[in-house]
Amino acid sequence: MRLPGRSLLPSVLILLSAAPALAQEAEDQSNTASVDAMVSGVVGPVTKPFVDFIFAEIPGIDLPWIVLWLITAAAIFTVYFGFVQFRMVPHAIQLVRGHYTSPDAAGEVTHFQALATAVSGTVGLGNIAGVAVAVSVGGPGATFWMILSGLLGMASKFTECTLGVKYRTEYEDGRVSGGPMHYLKKGMAEIGHSAFGKFLAACFAIFAVLASWGGGNMFQANQAHSQLVVITGGDASFLADRGWITGLVMAVVVFLVIVGGIKSIARVTEKLVPFMGILYLVAALIVIIANFDQIGAAFAEIFEGAFTGLGVAGGLIGALIQGLRRATFSNEAGIGSAAIAHSAVQTKHPVTEGFVSMLEPFIDTVIICTATALVITISGVLQQDPATGLYVWDEAAGQIATANNLSGVELTSAAFGTRITWFPYVLALAVVLFAFSTMISWSYYGVKAWCFLFGDNYTSELIYKLLFCLFVVLGAAVSLGAVLDFSDASLFAMGIFNIIGLYFLMPIVKREMTTYMAKLKGGEIPKYPKSAAVSGSAA
Amino acid sequence: MASEIFIVAYDGIDRGPVDYAATRARANGASLCLVHVLLWSPYSFLTPEELEERKMRRRQELDRAKSVLVDPIVAELKATGLDVEGEIRFGSPAPVVLDVAKEKNACQIFVGRSGKSGLENKIFGSVTIGLAQAAPIPTVIVP
Repeated sequence: MRLPGRSLLPSVLILLSAAPALAQEAEDQSNTASVDAMVSGVVGPVTKPFVDFIFAEIPGIDLPWIVLWLITAAAIFTVYFGFVQFRMVPHAIQLVRGHYTSPDAAGEVTHFQALATAVSGTVGLGNIAGVAVAVSVGGPGATFWMILSGLLGMASKFTECTLGVKYRTEYEDGRVSGGPMHYLKKGMAEIGHSAFGKFLAACFAIFAVLASWGGGNMFQANQAHSQLVVITGGDASFLADRGWITGLVMAVVVFLVIVGGIKSIARVTEKLVPFMGILYLVAALIVIIANFDQIGAAFAEIFEGAFTGLGVAGGLIGALIQGLRRATFSNEAGIGSAAIAHSAVQTKHPVTEGFVSMLEPFIDTVIICTATALVITISGVLQQDPATGLYVWDEAAGQIATANNLSGVELTSAAFGTRITWFPYVLALAVVLFAFSTMISWSYYGVKAWCFLFGDNYTSELIYKLLFCLFVVLGAAVSLGAVLDFSDASLFAMGIFNIIGLYFLMPIVKREMTTYMAKLKGGEIPKYPKSAAVSGSAA
Repeated sequence: MASEIFIVAYDGIDRGPVDYAATRARANGASLCLVHVLLWSPYSFLTPEELEERKMRRRQELDRAKSVLVDPIVAELKATGLDVEGEIRFGSPAPVVLDVAKEKNACQIFVGRSGKSGLENKIFGSVTIGLAQAAPIPTVIVP
């Protein structure tokens, strides 16, 4: 696979290098922003009907049906599995620490590795830029709904990741592949709904491909570009209105990794991302502690805003929609994507990975997203009316007024900048790395879905990957609004088909869980001393 | 009565410790256990593609280590009449060698002085130093 990739490299690089020339031409014709406007003009009308359908509101309560669909599912799983996300977290942590990993499995994928990979796929711009959107449009109250959605989402994640492992496919050569395509097809067939299962799997795969271009790609590229513009001088920056430059550079690097097979780049990113995550959290803590006198007030605003809106146009519903929407976008619970990464784990009991996967929405949403939201709320970048304590609504921007009309990642950056002036530079690096690791993960999810639809061969894979690179450039070039709506819509559409399948298959998960719990209680699940877990026998 | 067991930490490159241990084993009437460790950490970060291929790669790594590194030496030493076995395991070298020594109830460990570059060893410590520090049984460092 590597060799053909290499031989293709020059020709595609030539193709890519032609793009700036084209873009330059377009720019010359009508000066700045023409490429962005052109792309928006083409993409917008195509995606609008789809976006409108996904976010259609339920008559009477102004709540998009898809948000209700996802949160209802999470709530049902929570109750059905007896609040598994609260009961089994300590056990999940023991699993991650390798307490139950047999020494014979040394060299195989551990719970820790599956979790780490899944987390670096979900921790992306959704946690940094998405949360800024939630808080600026829905008010600080959105944070409350975000945390709630994260906690409930843990149950959805549990369900889909257990199934991901249970119905994965192990190929002769030793490769292991799983995820909704596999469990929808095989699991549904097992309970006598073969045709319906295939239909669900195909629909899921179609939207997984679209989402991998949208949320897993364009949104990431778009926001990474925004942050680069911020640190290189804002509107005066050379990069301002030249999203295609950032996009092109990122596309080339992504191309080198996913087509050229240069794994070292991906490996370096995978190693840096966790440190960036920790650095980000530490910086957030510094900002929060530096404003310690406002912590109480911030939490009060989060709770009060959750139910009143505090002057935000949408009020309670506005906060709710934004909170749930952005939380789901960030932690992908119920969407099915993470089940793909989790399914490669080495375990005798699929449900163990289900337990471990619950830590993912917790880390992603309850910890990282909340940190971002607190920083934005505490920093005072959102303008408040000192007399009433209500937020000042900027009608034109459709969000709470901010100095210089900031939104998305720029707002998060400004919030951190109020206390740590140099942090926007670190954030830019973090953002680029997060964006990149999310893109690598999503390109993998997408290619799996694509091959499910169009066949598992080199040409089919290559076509997908080239299109993926093209969307990186597009994503960086178009405006946030267009990208965000399409990204959300395609991602949420995956959730429609995945969750239908989950409802059918949840009794199977319950059986797995009951059997495992009985064994665990009866001491039938062996525990291993720490040193052996690191040095198992294999010969 | 079972004979004494000597462990040799074999990095796949340096034959020195193997040959020296073989000589000692012959003199003592001991049997030899060749341990080769494939570097692996349960906490490393992998891309989704690496996760998918892990099982396959593990198999390949094992096969290669067995057929190229361990089996030929074991066969060669066996031909000389020595009681030899090979062990290939995944993990962090020093702790793995110690684990095997404990399991086999070995009475001595043989290890080469160092395979890696000086700088790397200065920063991360070497397998040799790790064994010398932690081994509960006599450890021979073969230059």
